[in-house]
Amino acid sequence: MTADPAKAGSNVSLARRAWAIRRNALLMGEVQGQGYIGQALGAADLLAVTHFHAMRYRPGEPEWEGRDRFYLSIGHYAIALYAAMIEAGILPDDEIATYGMDDSRLPMSGMASYTPGMEITGGSLGHGLGIAVGAALGLKRKQNPAFLYNLLSDGELGEGSTWEAVMSAVQWKLDNLIAVVDFNNQQADGPTREALARTPEAAKWAAFGWYAQEIDGNDLNALVAAFDAARAHAGPEPRVIICNTRMCKGIPFLEAREKTHFIRVEPDEWTKALAILDAEKPE
Amino acid sequence: MTHEPPFGAHSRRKSKYTPRVAPGAGGARTSAMIASLDAEGRETVAAPFGHALRELAAARDDIVGLSADLSKYTDMHVFANAYPDRFYQMGMAEQVMISAAAGLAREGFTPFATTYAVFASRRAYDFIAMAIAEENLPVKIVCALPGLTTGYGPSHQATEDLAIFRGMPNLTVVDPCDAVETAQATHAIAAHPGPVYMRLLRGKVPDVLGRYGYKFKLGKAQTIRDGRDVLFVSSGFMTMRVLDAAERLAADDVDCAVLHVPTIKPLDVETIAAEAAKSGRLVVTAENHTVIGGLGEAVAGALMRAGVHVPFRQVGLPDEFLDAGALPTLHHQYGLSVDAISASVKSWL
Repeated sequence: MTADPAKAGSNVSLARRAWAIRRNALLMGEVQGQGYIGQALGAADLLAVTHFHAMRYRPGEPEWEGRDRFYLSIGHYAIALYAAMIEAGILPDDEIATYGMDDSRLPMSGMASYTPGMEITGGSLGHGLGIAVGAALGLKRKQNPAFLYNLLSDGELGEGSTWEAVMSAVQWKLDNLIAVVDFNNQQADGPTREALARTPEAAKWAAFGWYAQEIDGNDLNALVAAFDAARAHAGPEPRVIICNTRMCKGIPFLEAREKTHFIRVEPDEWTKALAILDAEKPE
Repeated sequence: MTHEPPFGAHSRRKSKYTPRVAPGAGGARTSAMIASLDAEGRETVAAPFGHALRELAAARDDIVGLSADLSKYTDMHVFANAYPDRFYQMGMAEQVMISAAAGLAREGFTPFATTYAVFASRRAYDFIAMAIAEENLPVKIVCALPGLTTGYGPSHQATEDLAIFRGMPNLTVVDPCDAVETAQATHAIAAHPGPVYMRLLRGKVPDVLGRYGYKFKLGKAQTIRDGRDVLFVSSGFMTMRVLDAAERLAADDVDCAVLHVPTIKPLDVETIAAEAAKSGRLVVTAENHTVIGGLGEAVAGALMRAGVHVPFRQVGLPDEFLDAGALPTLHHQYGLSVDAISASVKSWL
């Protein structure tokens, strides 16, 4: 079975997939009473598009050689990727209740050795794109036509090693590499744009030699168009999609919080958040 | 007008050049990185690592090479010239070189990545730890200029690389002695399924162990020479030095054994403890590394844990950033020369 969910995946809309990812993430956040729920809610739309439109994979066979690879640099976004992988059937949904607990396969920071489908150990930021460069070289060496997706964060662009990888990907003409930057303008100590000069984003990547797009990362139509363009681009350039996203997207009372990098949510607020989501369940 | 060093005693700035009589240095004048390790009258082999890697690549399609702008200076060029499409010049970017090696390993290849030991240990540590060692990927990191093998000064002298890498879980750490062992170890680490850090002697490398009928075995310490008064426990090129010191000391009726320990981690505790437990010998570790955190302290800890209580001394580099200068001068100054080792041992007996 080749699950190319974009084609084979029934009539479930991307909006419904994004909704389900948010819901899975909220349920996991509730287990711990806190966490990187803001990032998961913000990235749910782009993950709906990677996992239910752009990528080829087999849910029951995470090591399938023909799969598109998805490298999560940002280990703390594991909650978001677990939510997407549960929706995709790569992980069973009955493990939601184990998120971040002793002996769970779903640790709070994503690690390859713990979780089926988790390709790399993230968490030390500035690593993912470099590993992706090597894996993309390896895919080319094997003449494997798979794409390599790397989800990185805006804060991660402050790491010099990311830019070593940016240059290297151009040097090796890695047209099979698609970097996805979740630009939510929040890092641990505050707004990313107040920490290191970050603009202009797309122009910077383009100047390095990448095929760069910058979009509203919470707009499903824009995401679909950008991923389609990234895959279809005929040039030898590596591809980057800068996704401007809103932390906590979809839950207005959480979106309004000033500090959203690692949020504490009161027990009754999880119920409230789920109720908001459930009231707006898409077709 | 005299300028006092702004931060006290650590400054090496001198008010004027004062030539010294280099003890036992044979008139060495160069601090160049290509300065020979020990070529006086000894047989050498050119680029043993590069040639071994080329042989290996002929037999194994999964072998690929990477370097961060130092292929010619790590003997990787031999492989690169033979297999240009299997060599990745990663530029002056050690972090992405290491990360990319991890990515290639993820896709089923066995990458050999080369740079200088200072850059791998100090600059790329986090990348080796998280992208390679934590996932136990079969990346072989092979690094020139280990310990004190250049007179360029601290920027290029990896005097603490073993201390840094010994603390990294999953990583095997190898410190070969000579050309023959370097070639054998290259094949052996390729056959090992996990990550490896190997110290590299490059260029014209002395050939020493062949005449002892020695063969490298990963993870094994081996007795090269027996003796009743002193047990040298040594790694890297210091084994060649203590073998010479043993000859020197024999003339003074001091009988020295040499236990060569090319695998620093995992340490062959069983053999080391058994040799040290043989009665009546002074145990002297000898390493091309700071006395902190390398072979000497590894052996001391292993002996303590094994309940082997013996007189113990260390030959190694001091806990300092070392001087620039000619290698023979520096080796003598810091106690790694045959003369210095012999004198130290006599003073300890």
